[in-house]
Amino acid sequence: MNHASGQQTGNLPDINQRNADWYIDKIVQYLVFLSGISAIILIVGIFIFVTIEGFGFLLEDFSFREFFLSPWWEPTDDDEPTYGILALMAGTASVTGLAMLVAIPFSLGSAIYVAEFATGKTRETLKVLIELLAAIPSVVWGFIGLSIMNPLIIDLFDVPVGLNILNAGVILGLMAAPIMTSICEDALKAVPDRYREAAEALGGTRWQVIYKTVLPAAKNGLLGGVLLGVGRGFGETMAVLMATGHAINMPSSVFDSVRALTATIAAELGETAVGSPHYQALFTIGIFLFTITFIINLTADLIVRGIRKS
Amino acid sequence: MVSTAEDMASVQQHRDSAVKLEVRDVAIRYGSTTAISGINLDVRKNEIFGIIGPANAGKTSFLKALNRMNDFDNAMSVDGEILFEGTNISDVRNVYALRNRIGVVFPLPVGLPLTIYENVAFVPRLRGIRDKAELDVIVERCLTRSALWDEVKDRLDSLGSLLSGGQQQRLTIARALSQEPELLMLDEFSIAVDPVTTMRIEDVLKELKPEMSIILVTNLVQQARRLADRTAFFLDGECVEIGDTEALFTGQVEDSRTTDYIEGRFG
Amino acid sequence: MASTGIIENQFLETELNVSAKRTETLFKILFMFMAGLLILPVLIILTTLVVKGSSMISFEFLFGNPTNGMTEGGIFPALLGTVWLVGVALVISVPVGVAAAVYLSEYAPDNWFTRAINLAIINLAGVPSIVHALFGVGAFVIFFGFGTSILAASMTLAVMTLPVVIVATRESLQAVPHAFREACWNMGATRWQTIRRVVLPNSVSGILTGVILEVSRTTGETAPIMFTGAAFFIPVLPESVFDQTMALSLHLFVVSTQVPHVPEALPYGVALVLISMVLLMNSASIALRMHLRGKKKW
Repeated sequence: MNHASGQQTGNLPDINQRNADWYIDKIVQYLVFLSGISAIILIVGIFIFVTIEGFGFLLEDFSFREFFLSPWWEPTDDDEPTYGILALMAGTASVTGLAMLVAIPFSLGSAIYVAEFATGKTRETLKVLIELLAAIPSVVWGFIGLSIMNPLIIDLFDVPVGLNILNAGVILGLMAAPIMTSICEDALKAVPDRYREAAEALGGTRWQVIYKTVLPAAKNGLLGGVLLGVGRGFGETMAVLMATGHAINMPSSVFDSVRALTATIAAELGETAVGSPHYQALFTIGIFLFTITFIINLTADLIVRGIRKS
Repeated sequence: MVSTAEDMASVQQHRDSAVKLEVRDVAIRYGSTTAISGINLDVRKNEIFGIIGPANAGKTSFLKALNRMNDFDNAMSVDGEILFEGTNISDVRNVYALRNRIGVVFPLPVGLPLTIYENVAFVPRLRGIRDKAELDVIVERCLTRSALWDEVKDRLDSLGSLLSGGQQQRLTIARALSQEPELLMLDEFSIAVDPVTTMRIEDVLKELKPEMSIILVTNLVQQARRLADRTAFFLDGECVEIGDTEALFTGQVEDSRTTDYIEGRFG
Repeated sequence: MASTGIIENQFLETELNVSAKRTETLFKILFMFMAGLLILPVLIILTTLVVKGSSMISFEFLFGNPTNGMTEGGIFPALLGTVWLVGVALVISVPVGVAAAVYLSEYAPDNWFTRAINLAIINLAGVPSIVHALFGVGAFVIFFGFGTSILAASMTLAVMTLPVVIVATRESLQAVPHAFREACWNMGATRWQTIRRVVLPNSVSGILTGVILEVSRTTGETAPIMFTGAAFFIPVLPESVFDQTMALSLHLFVVSTQVPHVPEALPYGVALVLISMVLLMNSASIALRMHLRGKKKW
């Protein structure tokens, strides 16, 4: 079917002949599908591999009572090793809790300022700086806890040790704040402008509109942001390892040194023999961490998705 | 490839016959809603086949079914038979080749975010032409035929997606021509184009008629009268009437609704 | 009587308005203050690191070996090790991540299975880094038998940062209007031809933004490499992906917590180099993104 002008335009494809392009398309389709399901394979893989390595402990030495209710984490005790993570959980919880006390008001405040008040250049600059805050690696945060926060806390509060819940909590708060700010900002941005316009038409000031209309409408998204922040704090490792003082302790004040679940694994895994009960117990803590963060992330996602639907 | 000699013979017979496209009892559904049903028509070689009718008559869905674009739309299902040169299009082994041999022009023009040159060279390149001189010739010819060459010949390197609406529409037509289609389908192409350009494109279509079959879906009944050899009138998802354009426009109709529409009493 | 009432009312309303306005200004300032306090640490940290660490930065520091029990000398093995780790991680995660994003954006139907994939991506991004380390040990070091090596560590990093590549790529693919794809399909292009010739070329800079961001994240990670391939101190430079290596992030941890009698400026110097690399790449990613936003292609 050549053109009247007699130009040759390559091979007209035959509709009943599968050519190379047809097969390449099919192959690519399978390849990208395989990559597409990689996330599922990896999530399942993480669970399986971590469980396999901790399985021996779960079968033999594991006692639910001791593991969750005993404050004694003494895996290296020659006579009678104890594997209680209560104190470690208390450490993680106290640091994460304090971090949230710091991060929630600041993230919410910043998110409201960025989404509702700031304009133009200020807004862009703020967002970039918050993004840079999120980029600081956790080992650098840990170093800051050691070298800047530690002497500062000793001086300010006249305590002997500055590596404690306060130190790690503030640092973790600063680490969690950027992601919480950006998710909360998204949640506020998702509230349609007509809500604001309607409320403003009734004579409310900007703040009244935010307080009475925008915040309630963005409630779920904000909650989702906070939950993700909790998940972040819960799973943080290096900063917590370096700034908490890493001492097993049931804390009674913010000036107590504690030890976190994640930090315990980081500090001890290198010193255990592969396959030993101690090694397997550390993997069991890993299963616990994985499960908790999985639940937190799932809940956060469901909450955030819930608002998008309605 | 066609499997038996007998089939080969029947296909050969179709190649010789005057019919390019046969549509038998076609119905298109979106979920439980029927967009169009009971469509039977033939499009002959070297004719311009007009389709007129008010909005929502199912014209665009019909065109989508003809080159199996419904493959990309899970909600859309097509029943009935569509034969392209005697081959049922749902049986073709290479649907991309089928689409490649059918040119389509949308109501809303889409200039691809490539240079103007690459927009037109897109299909030739897919067909394996790499020679620059050869591509140059094709690009110039297609742009000239779509009445765009003079406006863009000095800036073939600028993005096709940034041209004006009317220019993008002519670029789309140039792209369709680069396919050297056996069947060219135009869906209300003049919406985004000014009247002068519309007339120029209409002239191009008349020139193209000896080389291909053209299906012209239009909301302008006078455009159908100017161009189409035969015209079908679609209304509310069915084909009311098909006839010689001149006959329809001079009142020789089987269904009075056709005349009512042509004379502007509704739609 | 009546007229006084009106005047009083107006007066009252004005009073109310004034107090409402005052509350608004108060809150605006409060929120501004909070945002300020949030970013203040970035500036303090950067300043401190520069002030205390810049004296360390020298040619010998960047390109020398650590000496005298890591209390003197340079950081070159760690620097080079980080480049190895990040490079190999990229080689693994970018193709897989981009392909996964192509699947999600161009092929995946809207059904429960696709939702499950998206959920898995979100959860993968939320798995604690130390759990990734455990996975790396269990899967790559032991099960696949790579041992503690650059390969095992980089694969762990790749798994960890995969969601960053997927999400960034998917976003830039989806920013390409659907009409372009339909136009290509109508001309007989296969899905892959459409992706390769139109969709990918028009989202490549967006993907690059995501990849730079991933490099920046990977550079700073410590926990995932601690037990999979990075070592405290190794006297020789790595020669293949099966060697162990030092890494800058781990080196900072080591010199600030594990080694006695380290001069005060040394860890500041290490931290300064590390954070400069990270922030430089992050800023590059942000700048590229802003540049793209200003560029109109359709």
